[in-house]
Amino acid sequence: MIEVRNLRKGFGDRTVISDVSAVMETGKCNLIIGASGSGKTVLMKCMVGLLDPDAGDIIYDNLRFTGMNTGEKKEMRRQIGMLFQGSALFDSMTVEQNVMFPLDMFSNMTRGEKQKRVDEVLARVQLVEAHRKFPAEISGGMKKRVGIARAIVLNPRYLFCDEPNSGLDPQTSLVIDKLIREITLEYNITTVVNTHDMNSVMEMGDRIFYMYQGYKEWEGSNQEIIFSKNEKLNAFIFASDFLRDAKDMRMLELKGRISDQRDMDSMLRES
Amino acid sequence: MYFFRHFGSFILMIRGMFSRPENYRMYWKELMHQCVELGIGSLGIVSIISVFIGAVSTVQTAYQLVSPLVPISTIAQIVRDTVILEFAPTLSCIVLAGVVGSKIASELGNMRVSEQIDALEIMGINTRAYLIMPKIVACLIMIPLLVVIAMTVGIWGGRFAGQAAGIMSYEVFDRGLFKDFIAYNVTFALTKAYTFAFIISAIPAYYGYHVRGGALEIGQSSTRAVVTSCVTVLLADYILAALLLD
Repeated sequence: MIEVRNLRKGFGDRTVISDVSAVMETGKCNLIIGASGSGKTVLMKCMVGLLDPDAGDIIYDNLRFTGMNTGEKKEMRRQIGMLFQGSALFDSMTVEQNVMFPLDMFSNMTRGEKQKRVDEVLARVQLVEAHRKFPAEISGGMKKRVGIARAIVLNPRYLFCDEPNSGLDPQTSLVIDKLIREITLEYNITTVVNTHDMNSVMEMGDRIFYMYQGYKEWEGSNQEIIFSKNEKLNAFIFASDFLRDAKDMRMLELKGRISDQRDMDSMLRES
Repeated sequence: MYFFRHFGSFILMIRGMFSRPENYRMYWKELMHQCVELGIGSLGIVSIISVFIGAVSTVQTAYQLVSPLVPISTIAQIVRDTVILEFAPTLSCIVLAGVVGSKIASELGNMRVSEQIDALEIMGINTRAYLIMPKIVACLIMIPLLVVIAMTVGIWGGRFAGQAAGIMSYEVFDRGLFKDFIAYNVTFALTKAYTFAFIISAIPAYYGYHVRGGALEIGQSSTRAVVTSCVTVLLADYILAALLLD
């Protein structure tokens, strides 16, 4: 479990995060959503220690991360895996070397054991024939999967994913979302995902935190988001007519009012 | 103010490099990799420049030395001392500031922009120690060696040019080469080599590590790194000459 308490962060005169508190639960996909510039990336960077917050606390399973010294933070970070927006794979290394890197650096495994573990995680992300390829030779979706494999190779307790679907087609996005969700349940880890992809929200949002201009504006599950009366949230999520219609239909469906195809057709005509 | 902000940031970067390595074997591997990349990779260009500098020195000194009262072997002495004192350490390092400096700045800049440095930080790796320290140490090992090679090859180039241009025979050149040789000149040249090695690795590393933005900024920081390194090398050259050749 990760707890964020009254977090504040600014750059110069500009406040980017104002008094944000949230609890990210273990074994669940915790989504931070919001428009560009709403502070979700800064919040995530504060949570993993890439940025130091101006005030507030970040607590990892009763351990106060914000109060740790450099050495303790380094130790803590070994329990954190992160998938970056651009995958952040090391260009000069092959897929296999990228995934093996954390093992080379931090484990005392033998060469054979490391190879076995790498094969295992690459198989888990369905990448079995890309071992010898360089990042420049693989697709965006494959890069994301290598990023996930590298993030989980040391069996982390916390997984952070920054915009895992950016630059991917809807079908590949779905595969990545599914993979993140499966890994979260399989390894029973605390997953935090930064996204503004509504498919991801509906697909894997066990817990959703909506950020608006640096504040946490709304919090709930992917079922609750449909019925939310929060205007800012609705304006963000259901930005297009199509999505608004889809929302109405989903609401009706959930309320059991759409009984057959004929009702749905009439609703579509009305909209 | 701008200078002091950057200087302070530079000192913090250097201080941040000194921490216990997470894994000695990986650091050693990275150091060896950098020695090959930065040292062996620059051997060709340093050799070519040194041969021609030595050759041109011989020909131009002979052209200027018109008095029949000065023995012709003096040309070899002048070539030896200019190559050892100035051309091999300073000129080689100016060229290396371009070759090695831009390589370091663009490599680190690209890693910063593509979040590779953040990825290493998240893993709990001290990126200053893992990425910058091996580059600086590799330069401190390899650049003095390259300077020694530049001295040898430069003098050889001068000797060859003297014979090829009909200025003097190898025997005459060799006589001048060993006459009144001052060993301290080599010590001075190596002192310069170590100083320049630090400058041309640490300054580009600073610029590359602190890049913000995208591809355009990587190019800009790379250019800035090379220019700053070259100017600093020349400034250090003057300071060392004034201090050590008194």
